Amino acid sequence: MSTIEVGGKSYETDEEGYLTNLADWNTEVANYIAQTENVTMTEQHWEVVNFLREYFEEYQIAPAVRVLTKAIGKKLGAEKGNSEYLYGLFPYGPGKQACKIAGLPKPTGCV
Amino acid sequence: MADITAPAYRVIPLIPALKPGAMEGKGPFVAGEKLNEALGFPGQLVEDWHDRAIGKMGDLLSRYRSLKVFMDACMHCGACSDKCHYFIGTQDPKNMPVARQDLLRSVYRRYFTLPGKLFPKLVGARDLTREVLDEWYNYFNQCSECRRCSVFCPYGIDTAEITMAAREILDTVGYGQKYSNEIIGKVHKIGNNLGLPGPALRDTLEGLEEDVKDATGFDVRFPMDVKGAEVLLITPSADFFAEPHIDSLIGYAKVFHATGTSWTLSSMSSEAGNFGMFIGNYDQLRTIALRIRQAALELGVKRIVVGECGHAWRVAYSFWNTLTGVGEGADANDHFAQMLQKQLDHRYKQPAHICEFTWDMIQDNRLTFDKSANDKHIITFHDSCNVARGSRMGDLPGGQFEIPRNIIRAVANNFVEMAPSTTREQTFCCGGGGGLLTDDLLELRVKGALPRMEVLQQAVDEHGVNFMATICAICKAQFTKIMPIYGFDRKMVGGVHQLVSNAIQLGPK
Repeated sequence: MSTIEVGGKSYETDEEGYLTNLADWNTEVANYIAQTENVTMTEQHWEVVNFLREYFEEYQIAPAVRVLTKAIGKKLGAEKGNSEYLYGLFPYGPGKQACKIAGLPKPTGCV
Repeated sequence: MADITAPAYRVIPLIPALKPGAMEGKGPFVAGEKLNEALGFPGQLVEDWHDRAIGKMGDLLSRYRSLKVFMDACMHCGACSDKCHYFIGTQDPKNMPVARQDLLRSVYRRYFTLPGKLFPKLVGARDLTREVLDEWYNYFNQCSECRRCSVFCPYGIDTAEITMAAREILDTVGYGQKYSNEIIGKVHKIGNNLGLPGPALRDTLEGLEEDVKDATGFDVRFPMDVKGAEVLLITPSADFFAEPHIDSLIGYAKVFHATGTSWTLSSMSSEAGNFGMFIGNYDQLRTIALRIRQAALELGVKRIVVGECGHAWRVAYSFWNTLTGVGEGADANDHFAQMLQKQLDHRYKQPAHICEFTWDMIQDNRLTFDKSANDKHIITFHDSCNVARGSRMGDLPGGQFEIPRNIIRAVANNFVEMAPSTTREQTFCCGGGGGLLTDDLLELRVKGALPRMEVLQQAVDEHGVNFMATICAICKAQFTKIMPIYGFDRKMVGGVHQLVSNAIQLGPK
């Protein structure tokens, strides 16, 4: 286990920097994790992160990439509803990198 | 991680120069207490690890005659040495299959052979020290159990089995790998490697029904937990989640739709993958497989079909019969296995691969295709190791090579082969198999992909290939991740049933 220090508080993470406790998440922590991933958070990034958190709250798992692209497409227009748009925002892969910033557990398996 | 770069292609693929110690290190993340204990392993490295490890080695040697033969038979001819993608990519001499095996063999000699007990130095025997144990952890997590080296071994030594034994010993002393053990825990708890709960799966499947309706105008169903369906589809959970995997799932559904086959998925048993094999643990292998039996019995299905997943097909084809009763050969006293054997319809192969299913339907003229739908693709096929070297399809030897290729030719006009020394039974691993598809091993994965990327580049240069089809969830995820590092588009990789999906005609014939 490791910890990160944000705003004078320390938060527990796993070896890869994913938050251990979902309840620890807040926008400051998200910004901090994004920074460690070389991602500068913009409005577009927050739209994805917020959707991930909403979906997780309902289903206890991050959405499939396809579900995510469809939701983004519906909300922001068809031209953004594709994986290129998401990779543009989260170059390491929308599945893992966006989850990490959203404070969700890492998707495991053959993904 | 951003600084990981692809190694340069070799001009002529010769044996690489050695770089001793190139991949020394601590190995992937070690599994923590909770993950280990959930599987019945010690939470962390036990104090008496030395005695327990030797004890476990003795236990495995007594149970698996094959392991003893593999420990004794090798005479270091070196035929395997340059056949391993991880050796080629990393140049670390300990990744020569013979050298990696010798990490275990040297300890075997010390404790289980007379010359090794009496004159250890003369016969290359070593004490099991903490350094040796750490070396095992590091290097046995740099083998993807792909068994390419075994094809070239004059004795047929199965290197994968040696890696499995080493990992089993490591788990026994509380020194397991995080990625695999976490995934196995999720299967026991939730039913699949991803940890995808039933309601999320249902939501995803409903979304796919909408998508296919929008795209084709047809009501293609993705049924879940339907009692009395004919076919139970067992597919890797990545098919519900990842790109490009999900496009093959759509392909399977369209094939079932177009042939009027009633089918179902199971929310309880929503995983084909079986990482119990990767860690060499029979109990885990069986416990994971038994979920499939339970689902099949509860749903009353007549056939079990397996989706595009390489190692799952090896487990299904080679082990499900005795593990679960899918197929013939269950123990006479295993009540539920006997029940399942009677329930399944043995006019069909049990289990069947989705490629066998689709190819049978093509041969029966029950499917029609618009091949021009795939004209944008110049396609090649990457054989996945566990399908190629650990299983079969159809009624003829080599069916596991021919059937996927036959399907591609039936649904597309442009198909070419990669270099024959790297396909079929000599195929190279994608670089991410065997429980190594984890971000903490990304450098190894990139380097291990080198031989496949070299021949793909050759096929691109010579034939303009722009699509590499494969039938394994690990291959798809690995290539999607590492191909951009080699300068390829990640959309170049996809499933065979993704191509089927593009071309299949859903209306009445």
